[in-house]
Amino acid sequence: MKRCLLLLLIGMWGAIGMNTLRAGEAQPMADDPKVEARLAVLAEELRCLVCQNESLASSHAELAEDLRREVRKLIRQDMTDAQIKTHLVERYGDFVLYRPAVKPLTWPLWFGPFALLVLAVWGLWRYLRHRKALVIQRMSEADNAQAQSLLKD
Amino acid sequence: MIPELGQFSLVLAAVLSLVLGVFPLWGTFNHNTSWQALARPTALLQFVLVALSFACLAYAFLTNDFSVKYVAEHSNTMLPKAYQFSAVWGGHEGSLLLWMLMLTGWTAAVALFSQSLPLAMVARVLGVLGLVGIGFMLFILLTSNPFDRLFPIPPDGRDLNPLLQDPGLVIHPPMLYMGYVGMSVAFAFAIAALLSGRLDAAWARWSRPWTVIAWAFLTFGIGLGSWWAYYELGWGGWWFWDPVENASLMPWLVSTALIHSLMVTEKRGSFKAWTVLLAIAAFSLSLLGTFLVRSGVLTSVHAFATDPTRGVFILIFLAIVIGVSLALFAWRAPEVTLGGSMGVVSRESFMLLNSVLLVVATGAVLLGTLYPLIIDALNMGKLSVGPPYFNLVFAPLMVPLLFILVPGTVAHWREAKLADMWMQLRWVALASLVLAIGLPFVWGSWSAGTALGIFLGMWVALGSLNNAIERLRKPGRIGGSFWGQHLAHFGLAVVVLGITGVKSFEVERDVRMGLGDTVTIAPYTFRLVDMVDVNGPNYKAMQAHVEVAKNDQVFDVLYPEKRRYFSSAMPMTEAAIRSGFWGDLYVSLGDPLPGDKPSWSMRVYHKPFVPWLWTGVLLMVLGGMVAAMDRRYRKRNVAAQLKTAGESLSSAA
Amino acid sequence: MKKFLIPLALFMGLVVFLAVGLQRDPREIPSPLVGKPAPAFSLPTLVGDQPFSPADFKGQVWLFNVWATWCVACREEHPLLVEFSKTQSVPIVGLSYKEIQAADQANGPLNDTDKLALARERSLRFLQRLGNPYKLSVMDLDGSVGIDYGVYGVPETYLIDRQGVIRFKHVGPVTPQVLQHKLLPLIRQWEAS
Repeated sequence: MKRCLLLLLIGMWGAIGMNTLRAGEAQPMADDPKVEARLAVLAEELRCLVCQNESLASSHAELAEDLRREVRKLIRQDMTDAQIKTHLVERYGDFVLYRPAVKPLTWPLWFGPFALLVLAVWGLWRYLRHRKALVIQRMSEADNAQAQSLLKD
Repeated sequence: MIPELGQFSLVLAAVLSLVLGVFPLWGTFNHNTSWQALARPTALLQFVLVALSFACLAYAFLTNDFSVKYVAEHSNTMLPKAYQFSAVWGGHEGSLLLWMLMLTGWTAAVALFSQSLPLAMVARVLGVLGLVGIGFMLFILLTSNPFDRLFPIPPDGRDLNPLLQDPGLVIHPPMLYMGYVGMSVAFAFAIAALLSGRLDAAWARWSRPWTVIAWAFLTFGIGLGSWWAYYELGWGGWWFWDPVENASLMPWLVSTALIHSLMVTEKRGSFKAWTVLLAIAAFSLSLLGTFLVRSGVLTSVHAFATDPTRGVFILIFLAIVIGVSLALFAWRAPEVTLGGSMGVVSRESFMLLNSVLLVVATGAVLLGTLYPLIIDALNMGKLSVGPPYFNLVFAPLMVPLLFILVPGTVAHWREAKLADMWMQLRWVALASLVLAIGLPFVWGSWSAGTALGIFLGMWVALGSLNNAIERLRKPGRIGGSFWGQHLAHFGLAVVVLGITGVKSFEVERDVRMGLGDTVTIAPYTFRLVDMVDVNGPNYKAMQAHVEVAKNDQVFDVLYPEKRRYFSSAMPMTEAAIRSGFWGDLYVSLGDPLPGDKPSWSMRVYHKPFVPWLWTGVLLMVLGGMVAAMDRRYRKRNVAAQLKTAGESLSSAA
Repeated sequence: MKKFLIPLALFMGLVVFLAVGLQRDPREIPSPLVGKPAPAFSLPTLVGDQPFSPADFKGQVWLFNVWATWCVACREEHPLLVEFSKTQSVPIVGLSYKEIQAADQANGPLNDTDKLALARERSLRFLQRLGNPYKLSVMDLDGSVGIDYGVYGVPETYLIDRQGVIRFKHVGPVTPQVLQHKLLPLIRQWEAS
């Protein structure tokens, strides 16, 4: 008798528990959160090829869905991010990367701004040093000229 | 009838801009004062005619006149009236007419508010504005006429792109254009100064309020665009380094440099050639932006429908306007006088550093935007340059800029001592450092990037507050220029803190939800309680009811929607956002999912500090407006003018 | 003072680049696979039980054409391809790309066998009606072979040589100009080798 009651109680508890699971914590869209996390980061670096300038992360285009599926497949095969990017570049070219690879073709792009900064700051430094001397020189020229004209009067 | 009136009005306006561009300038070469005097009335009449033309186009939209091709392409009988009006600038042709309205508007404003300027100067400035106007008028009349008729007349129009059916998108283009076009005034002043051969402090004083107002509009326009993208696109992003976004950022960066440079030229008579070059550059970048959006050379989500003929026209116009300006610069700049002396450490040198950093940043953005085009033009392949590049390159350039901002505002003119500056700023530095190291711990995740962002934001914010307090201690009137400057800097700090906060602490959950399901982003819980169908004026939508609770207390309900407009195949997401001081809760409804229990994909975000971004932008805009309204720009009395003229003479010695 | 001419010089350079840029199409993506071996695959064919693989055609020059019955632009080039197949000796292999679309599964998901059957049935009807230029057609239902070939839009056409190396790719419908000025000369060139 007691055992039956116990079993009944356990059964009820189980049933209630099952119901709360039904309307409960929402499940993540992704089947595998770890894979999705890696996809989220990678997809921001990849371009949707058929869109007007959108990343693979935000595009709804069909090819974008296919490529995201492909990237998930490659993540599951334990490829590194660099390997996945190379895989896509082999098929679609450099166009698919939003972060251009650093190679001789893109050296001006990657190092240009920094070089420009260094050059500009150096130029500014030189200009400020030079200018002080220049103003003193011109002022003294002006003083001389003024002195001359006064003397002439 | 009305569209023909509109077109005729436009043709008349084009003739007037020809008159405005030619006669007053000629009058300054042959000293004919009556030709010079033509400038003001011609400018005013030109504006009236373009406004009339604009009104005719608006009338065509509001009366659903689908015999006009442009109206048929961008409007619809079911489109709400407000959007029927904003559809006027929803496409290429109409947006150009808006541009023209702004240009003639600014020209008329200069004609009205330049009473204290010598006539020859007014003639030159308005003349240059007239010449710019001729180019745009011809472009509209020859390649992009909004009044072209359509036959046979369709029963209904194609409707305005649903993305544009939104209040934010209604005012974003007009504000942006006010900014872009406003840069033409500084440009015109610079060219006028080059033409006259007299580049003095007075020119800088006249240019500055116009430039600051244009800058404020541009800031507002860019901020609006970002805000719109944030709440409309459904994934909470607000800047994508899209070519057209970059096209608005570049004139903003350069005009910021210009404002600071004008300050120095006005006060000490220095940097004249550099300031003129910046003024030319700011407007040139506006024109370049027009080219990039409408020519099709770069792929962008913002691009108008393109046509190679239009691209060629704009490029030729661009080449002439900028080419002639830069040639004029090369000719006249060597003759410019040097201005006052300045130490290696001085407010002037800080301002120059400000210019250098902003121009290098502009160069970086320009390089990144155009690099794919350059490589393609050299037949060396096709590559993409996107947000990862720009984020990596732009942020480090902004760090030194934000850092020098504070010492720049306390440095003395002519000669400053670093030791004195340190004494003034050491508590600000210490407080910023402590907050930068401590706050991330309090908020849950420490990283060097977060700390750096907080340090720079606090440095500028506390520095501005410190300056204000120090100044209030001293006697004497404080002008609009002072408040405006510190308000704008403070606004910038708030933006920096906002960006740091949201990038460091935002959380996203991408889940499938059925009725009754919850998702938690501590301490908030979101529960889907209902899903209903709603009908809009020109769309049908699925609307979710999501309860939001904090620590188990429900305090709000959000209503994200997925809309299907009758005119478009693409469904539109309308995210639901609850904004608070410390951040936003953002819910975006996705597609229904297959399964026995009805469920939908939902994206739920907690975005801390995002409202600080928009608040900061508004503070910057307010700062600009306050600065431009400084009494000395509105002073008519001669004594004050003599005084400033005397100052500039003595400082030029 | 020559330094004041620098801004003008830089600007003129920029104008030249922009002018050249006006003549380029920023959305056209050249294929990095030209000059590389055609990626291997083994797919079921439209008719018959034997799967097809590119290695099967080693020793001859052939065209690989990506198409689908839902593709509107494909219909532009279809008559030209049919004509080509009648007059030329170079075989065309079709790649039926993602024939099964979302609309086909609106009333419930289909399993792989049903998808293949439906795709074959629809494609055969299409070819019967409009003419069949293909020596054979392979069925790429999920688009994964398309990704291996760098397909981003339909139609696309590849020219593959005797060693199985991709020698040319055309994106978009094959027009008479493309046929005359690019494809035929290249076919002759690679047949001779």
